[in-house]
Amino acid sequence: MKSAVIVFPGSNCERDIAFTLTKITGSAPAMVWHRDAALPDDLDLVAVPGGFSYGDYLRSGAMAANSPIISDLKKRAAEGVSVLGICNGFQILTECGLLPGALLRNRNLKYVCRDVTLSVEQTDSVFTAKYKQGEVIRIPVGHHDGNYIADEDTLRQLEDQGRVAFRYCNDNGEASDDANPNGSARNIAGVFNPERTVLGMMPHPERLADTRLGGCDGTPMFESLLDRLS
Amino acid sequence: MTLPNESITKADITAHGLTAEEYERVLEILDGREPNLIELGIFSVMWSEHCSYKSSKKWLKTLPTEAPWVICGPGENAGVVDIGEGLAAIFKMESHNHPSFIEPFQGAATGVGGILRDVFTMGARPIANLNALRFGDIDHPKTKHLVAGVVSGIGSYGNCVGVPTVGGEVNFDPAYNGNILVNAMTVGLAQKDRIFYSAASGPGNPVIYVGSKTGKDGIHGATMASAEFDEDTEEKRPTVQVGDPFTEKLLIEACLELMATDTIVAIQDMGAAGLTCSTFEMCSKGGTGIVMNLDAVPIREADMTPYEIMLSESQERMLMVLEPGKEHIAQAIFEKWELDFAVVGHLTDSGRMILTKDGREVADLPIDPLAEASPEYDRPWVETPKANVIASDSVEHGDWAETLKTLIGAPDLASRRWVWEQYDHMVMGDTVQRPGGDAAVVRIHDSERGLAVTTDCTPRYVKADPFEGGKQAVAEAWRNLTATGARPLAVTDNLNFGNPEKPPIMGQLVGAIKGIGEACIALDAPVVSGNVSLYNETDGEPILPTPAIGAIGIIDNLDQTATVGFKAEGEAVLLIGGSDTVTEGWLGQSLYLRDIHGVAEGAPPPVDLAQERVTGDAVRGLITAGGVTACHDVSDGGIAIAIAEMALSGDIGVTIDTGTAPTAPWLFGEDQGRYIVTCTTETASDILGAMRNAGLTARQIGTTGGDQVAVAGGASVPLKTLRDLHEGWFPSYMAA
Repeated sequence: MKSAVIVFPGSNCERDIAFTLTKITGSAPAMVWHRDAALPDDLDLVAVPGGFSYGDYLRSGAMAANSPIISDLKKRAAEGVSVLGICNGFQILTECGLLPGALLRNRNLKYVCRDVTLSVEQTDSVFTAKYKQGEVIRIPVGHHDGNYIADEDTLRQLEDQGRVAFRYCNDNGEASDDANPNGSARNIAGVFNPERTVLGMMPHPERLADTRLGGCDGTPMFESLLDRLS
Repeated sequence: MTLPNESITKADITAHGLTAEEYERVLEILDGREPNLIELGIFSVMWSEHCSYKSSKKWLKTLPTEAPWVICGPGENAGVVDIGEGLAAIFKMESHNHPSFIEPFQGAATGVGGILRDVFTMGARPIANLNALRFGDIDHPKTKHLVAGVVSGIGSYGNCVGVPTVGGEVNFDPAYNGNILVNAMTVGLAQKDRIFYSAASGPGNPVIYVGSKTGKDGIHGATMASAEFDEDTEEKRPTVQVGDPFTEKLLIEACLELMATDTIVAIQDMGAAGLTCSTFEMCSKGGTGIVMNLDAVPIREADMTPYEIMLSESQERMLMVLEPGKEHIAQAIFEKWELDFAVVGHLTDSGRMILTKDGREVADLPIDPLAEASPEYDRPWVETPKANVIASDSVEHGDWAETLKTLIGAPDLASRRWVWEQYDHMVMGDTVQRPGGDAAVVRIHDSERGLAVTTDCTPRYVKADPFEGGKQAVAEAWRNLTATGARPLAVTDNLNFGNPEKPPIMGQLVGAIKGIGEACIALDAPVVSGNVSLYNETDGEPILPTPAIGAIGIIDNLDQTATVGFKAEGEAVLLIGGSDTVTEGWLGQSLYLRDIHGVAEGAPPPVDLAQERVTGDAVRGLITAGGVTACHDVSDGGIAIAIAEMALSGDIGVTIDTGTAPTAPWLFGEDQGRYIVTCTTETASDILGAMRNAGLTARQIGTTGGDQVAVAGGASVPLKTLRDLHEGWFPSYMAA
């Protein structure tokens, strides 16, 4: 499996995702600077990492979405290369149009860093194949702008097409309001493109993919990728 | 010599905080010539308390700073400790108290930025941030605003730069109503053969300015930090700097990238007193002089005067001396990261600082005399009178269950989750023990070793007895590291006190430093870096003396650690250390006396350092041998609070059973040097035997299980009730 991680000024989870990809898939991703014109050839996966690209001083992800590398990212995505955007990466993918919707400021206006429980809503994808449908997993979030929003038609479309990847839920798997850490519409924590080859999510699967860090519920995502993309 | 002759007045001298004697010394250094305004400004900041340590120097020199594993002690940007396998830990704690009171968000944010720079300027990648915060009375009208602003400021900076904020402390006391304390600590990792220092050597070498542009913010911040507050303090808002964590992140990456090349001779961040302090310190250490062209300094506003450029405290700036001819290597890296890069001057062998602007000299000062002749005062001090020891029966003890419920949700004991959930404490993927335990544990990346990190101080103890309180601050930090299984290595001290010109305050400072020194020697944990913040007074009211201690310890094997939470039902709960009684307990200065009985009195619990050492070493031995399933030190709130925290953390109840019914002083007394551990019932007697053989008191005081905290044959409190109280206080206080 050949992967790449795009690094923007202000990215700060690029090492975390690279470390996890290397550990679980056995090969290190190429680290690609945002000013580069093109991604490496023959990629299976491009990861867009978390962080604060351009400080989030404009809208989160808005500046990075205009970086030179983005045009090649869009081209690869159109060719079917899998793209995983985590946290700021998710924000960048919505800003550059690879995913619908937007991420607003958390409804309580505070940054939030803690483990949340997610229900796996869609296992038919290269990212989620190793999870069980409806499985409740524990994954950390760390964001200020994670409040997912889209118009009603888009939300309905996402639901109808099975493009909701994860939902914030309580321990029983119910998408309750008190399990929603940021106010996201329909408790949505992650969404796919129509082909389910692009996934954007606010929670950080790379932060709990190691028993040493207290949990491995993120591991199946990287095992799915390894299994499906190798 | 023809310098701009802006004659200075007596008022200028006073406004710059120089005393008559200090001004006499200025004239001596300049061979009788009067300084111009730029030069006066430079003297003022260099000799400010903040930069010169003039009141504390005499006493700081008494602290132990050496050990075989200490690579660099105080005097550089941060302390450096050898942690084995070719690596060094670089760390320091620093205050940003005055700015944070005036503008809590930016004050706290730039405090984080400043301490990060102190660490990465030495070649370390920062891996953990901590912060020790003290606020005023919870009912004071400003407190909530300050808590919200400081926490948000720390979070905004630390989260953006991508360094996890993993620990710290928050206290409330009316003594901080007019002077909150924001002490920020950063720990970084470097290759031990690639540490960067600040001594500017090599006449002719180019001097480089990198980072943000210089603006008019923060001018005279160091002088502000060296004066008491009064009713006009709010008007000093313009002296607070504004932080730009995005630029800091770029600066970290650019500096570390440059440090991987052989290009840098010396490097220092521009902190307090900006360009002035960094040039003077670097040249003084390197025995060189400098010619600097202020026209080359990147500026944010066109009309900046030399005075403003030299004294600006704009953030996210660094000064470097490069090897000649290698400027292009550095320039390419800084341009890649879109940061300002400018050659602003070169080193000389003249021993003088010469500044030019618009083609003419605007200042000419001798470096060493100015840096070294900074005043050192032996300020008069009086020892704090000893307080009486308070007897166990001095108050009417009530129902322990009600007391436990009150204390577990008290402002100083309630969960700090509201605070640390606003900090990214997991970025970098190495946070093994998250906030909420005794110490945070951060894995050394891509290894099976870790660093334990903590900050501690119990200011009410220090006020009652500075010497014992100073000892206790170090012992508590050492104990918190030990409780994770870590071997403590060294400490950083952040000494926050009132006006040192008042003998009783100076007495607090002297007493605390003596106590810290004695504890550091006994516990083999030298002071490798630190910071002093004095004049923390408003309208003559001083803060509680607060010598915050930051400490780090090494964990050689992450499989051999302990955490606070109970792990299983039916395990033995053991108390190790302290005295062998179930009826007595040290009540003086306890939270029990203060929060339940309204009595903030008495001598604080003494620390027996020899016993502390033996107890901690024994407990660490148990942990690394895999003999215990959980460990927690006993501190604020005593045994009952420690046990309740272990139960809440593990979500498993406990029954306390000590034969005879425990008394409130035993349950809530704050005797020092004690740990609570759990183990399987089969191993309990062996562990107790081993502890007693080591000369320690040790006894089983209960058994885990159920969903309550109970006393055998007595009352009980459901864990759910305790959890609601413990977790509920902070969010409901902030929301109210």
